[in-house]
Amino acid sequence: MTVLEIQRYLPESDQAPRWQRYEVEGEPAWSLIDALGYIKDHVDPTLAWRASCRMGMCGSCGVLVDGVPRLGCEVFLRDLPDRPARIAPLAHLPVERDLMVDTEGYLRRLRAVEPWLQPSDADPVGPVGERLQTPAQQAKYLETAQCIGCMLCYAACPQVAVNEPFLGPAALAAAHRYLSDSRDHGHARRGSVQGLQGVWGCTLVGTCSEACPKGVDPAAAIQREKVRGALSFVPSLFVRGEDD
Amino acid sequence: MREIVTVHAEVLVIGGGGAGLRAAIAAAESGARVALLSKVYPMRSHTVAAEGGAAGVAQPEDDLEAHFRDTVAGGDWLCDQSAVSYFVAHATAELTWLEHHGCPWSREPDGRVAVRKFGGMKRARTWFAADKSGFHILQTLFHTALALPSIDRFDEFFCTGLLVHDGVCHGVMALRISTGEPYLFLAPSVVLATGGAGRVYRFNTNGSIVTGDGLAMAWRAGLPLRDMEFVQVHPTALPGSGVLITEACRGEGGILLNAEGRRYLQDYGLGPETPPGQPRNKTMELGPRDRLSQAFWHEQRAGRTVPSPRGDAVHLDLRHLGAERLAERLPLICSLSEKHVGIHPKDAPIPVRPAVHYTMGGVPTSVDTSTAISGLYAAGECASVGLHGANRLGSNSLAELLVFGRAAGERAAARARAGAPPPPGSALGHAREHLCAIQALRAKKGTVRLAELRDAMGSIMDECFGIYRLGPDMERGLSRLVELRESWSDLELRDASERFNTELIAALELSCALDVALAIGASAAARKESRGSHQRLDAFSVRDDERFLAHSLVDYAESGVPAIRYGPVEITSYPPEERVYGGEAQVGDS
Repeated sequence: MTVLEIQRYLPESDQAPRWQRYEVEGEPAWSLIDALGYIKDHVDPTLAWRASCRMGMCGSCGVLVDGVPRLGCEVFLRDLPDRPARIAPLAHLPVERDLMVDTEGYLRRLRAVEPWLQPSDADPVGPVGERLQTPAQQAKYLETAQCIGCMLCYAACPQVAVNEPFLGPAALAAAHRYLSDSRDHGHARRGSVQGLQGVWGCTLVGTCSEACPKGVDPAAAIQREKVRGALSFVPSLFVRGEDD
Repeated sequence: MREIVTVHAEVLVIGGGGAGLRAAIAAAESGARVALLSKVYPMRSHTVAAEGGAAGVAQPEDDLEAHFRDTVAGGDWLCDQSAVSYFVAHATAELTWLEHHGCPWSREPDGRVAVRKFGGMKRARTWFAADKSGFHILQTLFHTALALPSIDRFDEFFCTGLLVHDGVCHGVMALRISTGEPYLFLAPSVVLATGGAGRVYRFNTNGSIVTGDGLAMAWRAGLPLRDMEFVQVHPTALPGSGVLITEACRGEGGILLNAEGRRYLQDYGLGPETPPGQPRNKTMELGPRDRLSQAFWHEQRAGRTVPSPRGDAVHLDLRHLGAERLAERLPLICSLSEKHVGIHPKDAPIPVRPAVHYTMGGVPTSVDTSTAISGLYAAGECASVGLHGANRLGSNSLAELLVFGRAAGERAAARARAGAPPPPGSALGHAREHLCAIQALRAKKGTVRLAELRDAMGSIMDECFGIYRLGPDMERGLSRLVELRESWSDLELRDASERFNTELIAALELSCALDVALAIGASAAARKESRGSHQRLDAFSVRDDERFLAHSLVDYAESGVPAIRYGPVEITSYPPEERVYGGEAQVGDS
């Protein structure tokens, strides 16, 4: 049997979040999401969370497991400690109900970096009209293109907690993804990611990259944008940019 | 009753997955003001979980006719051939469009888009982004939609019904999940893009949101559902969880082995055996999905499957591909296999078994995505445009989302431009009643537990409407489904809250799923032949073109077993033949 202590918050009846203990008759191969389903089915139908794909792709099910941001579908009962595990909503984001946190703030920040390709008709095209891009060119942005928007990095980032305008790791990684794409010419986007709300708000603790379940490494993306920003002020005679 | 919030739009898109986003973008680019409703944030939609890729002719040695013929034969001739022609003619342009919007399709060393082999396809024509093709398609569409100010998103709105009056659709009723407020969305054009219904089965590859809501809504609004008996069972999913292990594993050269280590597919008309790592189109592991799932069933019966803690399995061996190619082409599969079953495919084979995957049938539409209700369009998995017939070929559905999503968006925008009559007062009264009834469901008294009803439905579907079907089993299953559907009204709900009442949403989803399950069951029991994914082991074990080269149409019934009719299949240039795979399929090919 697995014991979970889950942070509950019902906005219509709770003044503040509270902890509730649940016992789950589950299998070792069950994910945390399976366990939450068991609770809803058999114990308490009011428990609320988000989840869908159960394969780490839809980004719905981020929670704190003993204080660590994780995808619920990638935490298995066999991996939980013998003592009760504490399950809470992601930190640094407004709690809507139980394990659900506000997604709007992340989407507003994401949109602020204009995360869409801004191409040029002058780019060379291939046989079916596709813009040519070699695997080496693609490798410059492919890692950051894996972001599933799960917001675990926001829960891990100390700056998100104290600097409200800060765009945060995932949005800045998205900016880097497009700025590093050989097909993209949206250089105006560079302005929005510089400054204290952008990459210069990052204090380089790297917790975002540790938290990322998809290997995106937002911390490295942010550092590369800092370099790109700094280089744009230095005459190219002396320093050569990494993305010429 | 709380006050109803009314929202006006020109084009209303229901569903924020691939088809819905593509429709919204096309409508917005045609100048329409779009309201995009989704019960989840669009990037959470189940398109995200598609792995293998999207089909579109791209190689000089390939041609549209070959893609057309593969699709029609793959569908066991139940495809509407003009829909297939339209599809193959537009797929490549859509995939290229997606490239222009940033989709990171995997590339050849010289920068051209790469394609991979896929089951039932005579040539390599599947565009892919490693093994996260659906994710990258959805991400590209979502990002592109963010750039368009004329798309207003209504995220986490659960649509509860279509507002249809005298054969005209005027909008939808909905529930805002975050507040519980009732909404009425009014628009001259509505695009249904709500996806499939894999969750009516217990063992499936689908996300928990795939509950057939749109299919049920259209059915209740008076449209028949077409070809619902054709449910695709994907041959390779992880035991226990049902997590999808993409067909691309086999496209890249993976092989399937039984407990004796034999490439058993050669015993099911799919041979001759090909050397490991050298896959041959339409042969062995690159046969179509229905045939591969059926082969598993026989192996299991013969005791040649591998027992695993969470169910019998066969082995998908990828070791010969090597660590480097696995990392480049199948990174998600490596990670899923490690996390869920503790096996890295470079070291050991992955245990896999068939799981329900895709709803071939749906809301009948013309090639232009219009339905028999004016102002209502449908695209993607919820639609039955006639593309997939009795068995969908892998990688045709991601391309379908784009081709028909776009067509729906453009059609819907054109109708909105032309102007349509406003809904009559009586329709609005009906909408109010409907929303009032939904509100009254919270914490309703009853004796039936939601989870028990849901699991009972899933078990009946697994037992009676799976890979192989028997007349008596289906009749038994059907009467049980009728009872289960009736017992929904006796559901006990215990959450009285307004905000994020996910128990209420689950109850509404279950009511949709029960409707869809019944539509599947009734359609299956009535089809007295075997074709594509509908295979019977009784007196009707072969294809019967005399009687059943026809689309099934199931009409809505409030209670009891719904009636089945049949409609014509459109055959333009490729008359029915025997489906051949393996060596026979290569005859005459270079």
